[in-house]
Amino acid sequence: MIPESHRFPDRAGLALADEGLRLALDRARQGFIGNRRKAVDALPEFPALREAARRIKDHTLSNLDLYLERFESQVTASGGQVHWAADAPAARARIIDICREAGARTVTKGKSMVGEEVALNEALEEAGLEVVETDLGEYIIQLADETPSHIVAPAIHKTREEIRDLFAKHHAPLGLGPPGLGNAELVARAREVLRRDFLRADVGITGANFLIAESGSTVIVTNEGNGDLSNTLPRVHIVIAGIEKVLPGYEDLCTVLRLLARSATGQEMSVYTTVSTGPRRSADLDGPEEFHVVLVDNGRSGMLGGEFREMLRCIRCGACLNHCPVYHAVGGHAYGWVYTGPMGSVLTPLIVGLDRAHHLPNACTLNGRCEQVCPMSIPLPSMLRKLRARGFERGLGTRTSRLGLAMWGFLARRPALYRPVAGAAMGVMGWLGRRRGAFRRVPLAGGWTAVRDLPAPEGETFQRAWRRRGSGGR
Amino acid sequence: MEGTSRARAAPPRVGLFVTCLVDLYRPSTGFAAVHLLEAAGCEVAVPRGQTCCGQPAFNSGDAGTARALARSIIDRFEGFDYLVAPSGSCAGMIRRHLPELFAGDAGWRERAEGLADRTWELTSFLVDVCGAPAAERLRGAEAPRGVRRATYHDSCSGLRELGVREQPRRLLAGVAGLDLVEMPDAEVCCGFGGTFCVKYPGVSGRMVSEKVENIAAAGAEAVLAGDVGCLLNIAGRMRREGRAGRVFHVAEVLAGMADRGIGEPAVGSPGTTAAGGGSGGGSGRGRAPER
Repeated sequence: MIPESHRFPDRAGLALADEGLRLALDRARQGFIGNRRKAVDALPEFPALREAARRIKDHTLSNLDLYLERFESQVTASGGQVHWAADAPAARARIIDICREAGARTVTKGKSMVGEEVALNEALEEAGLEVVETDLGEYIIQLADETPSHIVAPAIHKTREEIRDLFAKHHAPLGLGPPGLGNAELVARAREVLRRDFLRADVGITGANFLIAESGSTVIVTNEGNGDLSNTLPRVHIVIAGIEKVLPGYEDLCTVLRLLARSATGQEMSVYTTVSTGPRRSADLDGPEEFHVVLVDNGRSGMLGGEFREMLRCIRCGACLNHCPVYHAVGGHAYGWVYTGPMGSVLTPLIVGLDRAHHLPNACTLNGRCEQVCPMSIPLPSMLRKLRARGFERGLGTRTSRLGLAMWGFLARRPALYRPVAGAAMGVMGWLGRRRGAFRRVPLAGGWTAVRDLPAPEGETFQRAWRRRGSGGR
Repeated sequence: MEGTSRARAAPPRVGLFVTCLVDLYRPSTGFAAVHLLEAAGCEVAVPRGQTCCGQPAFNSGDAGTARALARSIIDRFEGFDYLVAPSGSCAGMIRRHLPELFAGDAGWRERAEGLADRTWELTSFLVDVCGAPAAERLRGAEAPRGVRRATYHDSCSGLRELGVREQPRRLLAGVAGLDLVEMPDAEVCCGFGGTFCVKYPGVSGRMVSEKVENIAAAGAEAVLAGDVGCLLNIAGRMRREGRAGRVFHVAEVLAGMADRGIGEPAVGSPGTTAAGGGSGGGSGRGRAPER
């Protein structure tokens, strides 16, 4: 997916005008926030778990080389193969090679955000493969030729009516009529169609929520079971994962799992937690003949050594999105790339470049709700501020905003000048606004008055009134 | 006070950090803050030459300007026992972020930390530092005329950086004739966000319109908050939508000095002129310490 993050203002404008989107986001937000609240309240040790998980991740990141190498040697020992991909092109090329070597024609996919990050589907299709997304949300947006708008619920922006119409259009060639509008009917239809693909796929590609170093295993959590069909039915199973997904062992996994579903959907556990270790062994009843893990760096090792290291603790639960008022207002597509909301506003500039995503760290009120709910205690607001500082150093942002800030800074540093200038301005505004109490339009304040009046100041500044009243000595 | 004996010996000396928005836009809030602090037994001064806490620069990535302003704040305020601001946002900037600005400068960092530790948002200072007896003395202000039900908006920095949540509500419970009702999503951002609101007006507009809807849903005649930034945003949107609710800084209501709400006319509107209105709203009373 080509990043469109530099067009955030336009994309946000479109999103704000979309009433269907507003309804979809309203419904989703209420569910996510309420369910998480209940799940967290029901677990008194949640804060302690959060602290333990933070320590596990910090320890792992401090010893990332060690755990990744251990992971690789354990994958090899269980008969699988690890492939290292420094960037997105390398990841795509490696996966296409594996598919070609397997003589594959059809690929089924479980949901993978890093797959979206490296634009895997487009590359596979260009290489002549048929790619079928099997996560219901991913399947829907694949039919709609859209990108995910939420890292946990990719099709959260779609209404049931839109989904029914999509199914009707795309399933007609299969001889199927329009499905009913009920949740169960839509799900049943997707299962029916996808079942055919599961059975004929040559390669199954899944992501990984975690990599377990001690056993060389990959772990996915899903609610639909589609991941299990993708990793057991085809002859070849390819796992694509970022290098930061590794955990030392199962004890660590248990701690982090207890936070993940609660933070994401408010569930205690996801419906399926599936561990894959190597290809099928002789006594196994099913499973793939080949097991590959493609480990993707794509900027992560650069983050490891710098001020954004803590971002690598992210477990992609989506809690920051669900609690973000900006995300709630504009939805995921406004952000213009794979990762959205607060975590996306940090990751996108770090992966695609700040010059192509400069709006994202700025389009935030720094209200701090994301950090408050982040199960890994990632200081998202302070990271967004650091990105703003980088942007400021590089001279990014509009000329008007930079000029305004510079003028304000010049005055604010010179109280002897600031006082008369500000005092005169407030005096004039107070006088002009005395009858109405607020302005509908103010020169140079179009950003403010576009959506709200500007209340008039009282007239005299506090500091002037205070001195005038003879309190000068205080 | 922390240690009653010390409070009796000498009242704590508070430097009022007025904040730029109160200074320029809403002097009434400043006088109300002085009134409350003096009523709680503090000796209040307003150091000269105050401009801004530097947050607009800090949040825009301009650390140089933020540092210059931080130094001037430290110079002006470190001689006081406490720095108190009628704003969770500015107090949060000083308390949580000032030391960050001097990461590579041990001398200034130490001074910044010293000041940060003694920096308080107004309502939390009154409750958490001045303590119960002082808070008791603040009870009994009259509700603003025409306002029986009010709702409180939690400003983000005060709530999440400083833990200001119960303090203003506890103080408001002592206002005679005022029912405090909770609105849905009181803790959700109003969409002000400093420069955010002018850089992304569409998004900000959606956020504040939801806030204004929630205020109306609570059946409140007035909305109160601890930050003039949020209040200007909320009042501006209420005016734009033609809504009737009134808007006050929480300090004005606690001090019984809530006459003309934010965004209300200074002249020509019955009920405001009679009360003295204008920048004189509450003047004089703010200078009458009730020790």
